[in-house]
Amino acid sequence: MTTLSDPTQESFRLSMLLNDTRYRSITFQAIALILLVAAIWYLMSNLFANLEEQGLNISYSFLGSTAGYDINQTLIPYSSQSTNLRAAFVGVLNTLLVAVLACVMATIFGVIAGVLRLSNNWLVRKLMAVYVEIFRNIPVLIWILIIYFIMTAAMPAPSAFRGDEPAASMILGSFAFTNRGVYIPSPVLEPGWMIVVATFVASIIGIVAYRRYSTKLLYDTGRLLPRFWPSVAIFFIPTLLVFFLMGRPISLDYPALAGFNFRGGLQIGAPLIALWFALSIYTGAFIAENVRAGIQAVSRGQSEAAAALGLRPGRIMNLVVLPQALRVIIPPLISQYLNITKNSSLAILVGYADITATLGGITLNQTGRAIECVLLLMLFYLTISLIISLILNVYNSAVRLRER
Amino acid sequence: MSDTHAESVAFVRETAIPPALPPATVSGPVKWMRDNLFPTWANGLLTVAALYIIYLILSSSLPWLLGGIWNAESLAQCREILQGNSAACFAVLSERWNQLLFGFKYPPELYWRPTLAFVLLFIAAAPVLFFDLPRKLLIFTGIYPFLAYWLIWGGTILTPLIALLGVVVGYLVFNRFVKGSFAAGMFGGVAAALVVWILGGMVFSGADLFSLRSVSSRDLGGFMLNMMLGITCVSLSVPIGIALALGRQSDLPIVKYICVVFIEFIRGVPLITLLFVASVMLSYFFPPERTVDLFLRVVIMITMFSSAYIAEVIRGGLAALPKGQYEAADSLGLDYPQAMRLIILPQALKISIPGIVNIAVGLFKDTTLVSVITLFDIVGMIRGPILASTDWNGVYWELFMFASVLFFIVCYSISQYSQWLERRLATDHR
Repeated sequence: MTTLSDPTQESFRLSMLLNDTRYRSITFQAIALILLVAAIWYLMSNLFANLEEQGLNISYSFLGSTAGYDINQTLIPYSSQSTNLRAAFVGVLNTLLVAVLACVMATIFGVIAGVLRLSNNWLVRKLMAVYVEIFRNIPVLIWILIIYFIMTAAMPAPSAFRGDEPAASMILGSFAFTNRGVYIPSPVLEPGWMIVVATFVASIIGIVAYRRYSTKLLYDTGRLLPRFWPSVAIFFIPTLLVFFLMGRPISLDYPALAGFNFRGGLQIGAPLIALWFALSIYTGAFIAENVRAGIQAVSRGQSEAAAALGLRPGRIMNLVVLPQALRVIIPPLISQYLNITKNSSLAILVGYADITATLGGITLNQTGRAIECVLLLMLFYLTISLIISLILNVYNSAVRLRER
Repeated sequence: MSDTHAESVAFVRETAIPPALPPATVSGPVKWMRDNLFPTWANGLLTVAALYIIYLILSSSLPWLLGGIWNAESLAQCREILQGNSAACFAVLSERWNQLLFGFKYPPELYWRPTLAFVLLFIAAAPVLFFDLPRKLLIFTGIYPFLAYWLIWGGTILTPLIALLGVVVGYLVFNRFVKGSFAAGMFGGVAAALVVWILGGMVFSGADLFSLRSVSSRDLGGFMLNMMLGITCVSLSVPIGIALALGRQSDLPIVKYICVVFIEFIRGVPLITLLFVASVMLSYFFPPERTVDLFLRVVIMITMFSSAYIAEVIRGGLAALPKGQYEAADSLGLDYPQAMRLIILPQALKISIPGIVNIAVGLFKDTTLVSVITLFDIVGMIRGPILASTDWNGVYWELFMFASVLFFIVCYSISQYSQWLERRLATDHR
């Protein structure tokens, strides 16, 4: 018989810190931590020594002082007498504005180009390949500058629209492309406009509800209600009805020449257009590749199986291909949106007042508060990107393949 | 039976008819056009629309391109020659090409040095890019960074030589000790290299040997600056990215969280804010008596930026490896550094090559951002000295087209290379 004996109790020796896997991880982590703390301490001590030498300190009080500069495109009331904080806030809103506009436009470009790249038309396929390759391989910075120079150098000045035989004329009498930007009609809201908008929103909700109901009915009873025409009807009829009943509370204000410039309407400045359009076509080329990859990722057998079941082509796309393709397309699409938001910081090159140009540009240069400004700037972008990756994670867990 | 049968038929053909050509509509170019350009009515309309777009683009750009003026001294002179016609004024390129490529302060008589460095780059990069070339060439690749430094910045050859010596000694020491333990090899190598650098610096300080005329970093510019930033930062960030990716995957919580925070922080902010850090903030973090040159600060920040992205790509590669590979390495009794070096990383890196190349292309394009912090790269040169000069104020298209063509050539060839490599490395489904 063998007697079981406890393993001999080893006493802790110093060499075990390096040779015993149980303790080695602690050693390495301690080393890493010490190195990190030492590095931070070194950088911080340098920072404070430098600040002291130059008689500076870290303080955010400059945010409350008067900004003293003008911003040409603002979404909220702002004047040069406003505070730096308000200037930064104007910048935040401008960043979000151009990011949202560019995301929408880039998606449109990308989806069209991506789908056309899979077209069975050879010429269109090649044309789209050229578009994608050209725009992907040239820096977005150059695109922004090119489009900005087209806007400012090639477009006519507002004075060209004057006279009996003007050199330039407005498109449809309401859009004017000038070197100062594009003038478009702006909506004028009169009392009662809220009701019209509310009706419109309600009818959109109504369309969704109707489609849900018809799907449910289809699954429960097999009866198929028409979907397209009722949706169109719900979209237009209630809103138009309320619009005219309320006495047309929303009207358009057309831009018109007054002196040397246009008055009225909505001015979209050349920097915004350049940034918006350049980000859209550049990112659109990337999105096109994502869309193409997503559609190609759905195996041919899927659509063939659907066809064998007797589904019509439109339904094959809607019910079989798209749901599977979207699962592949959407995660890279969202990270492209994140890229657009980050690339919108290039606004500083063309003088669009986004957060980088206001807080990180003029405010930084005027107050000399480099550290505070750059930190706030980074904080803003970090927040945005964390929110976007949060959305991405939620989406990913929602569409994850549920395996047994 | 068969005899009678033969005679019962009135006519029997004894030779085969030569095969007739298929109808013109189902073969050749006609069929191709039917299939690929006009399969349906709607598709035909699409073709016509595409043709019209191509016509519009070509009809507006071709006369402009072909009628371009190559010899003139200023935009005004160009316009004089053109007499109101619309055509390109490429004279700005023949006049200012050197500034676009090398920046406006690099001494013109020294242009051969960066040019030579650029040509040698191909020899240095070849064995890395193409595995079939003799491995001996890698020695030149190892020497190249020091050689290129000496050629571009000039100064005494002793500086790069000592740096090279330190690396060689460090490598030898690493090789000697790595069999015992990876950590010992690593620390021994780094320590040996440091010793050589410090000793070499002390012994040869002030000595002058094979001295080339030195050029300061502020004088670098043009497309050369983009190339230098791109190549330096990508090659530095691959090893850092590998370390970060391994750190993020590791079991040590502190190391892991340091890496996670670093990667997520860098990926969350735009490169431009990091460049602001380099230009206005980083000098606060260095010792007061020492000024670090702007080029170096920019290299530090861009390297941090791209290493975070490369780390994510490599992490994807690590995660894509089957768990069995890790377990197999463990069961062979390999320790962590051995398992990583011999089994995991070779496979993970292979999977991540396309991603790394994408990051490299993106990074190379992003080097144009340095023009925001007043470095005169090619975009900075165009926006600054050239467009601001009285001679060429107003020449936009030609200059931006030139820059675009340069970037397109480099980026497109890199992505083509990456596709070739992907096909080459595909070892499955043959």
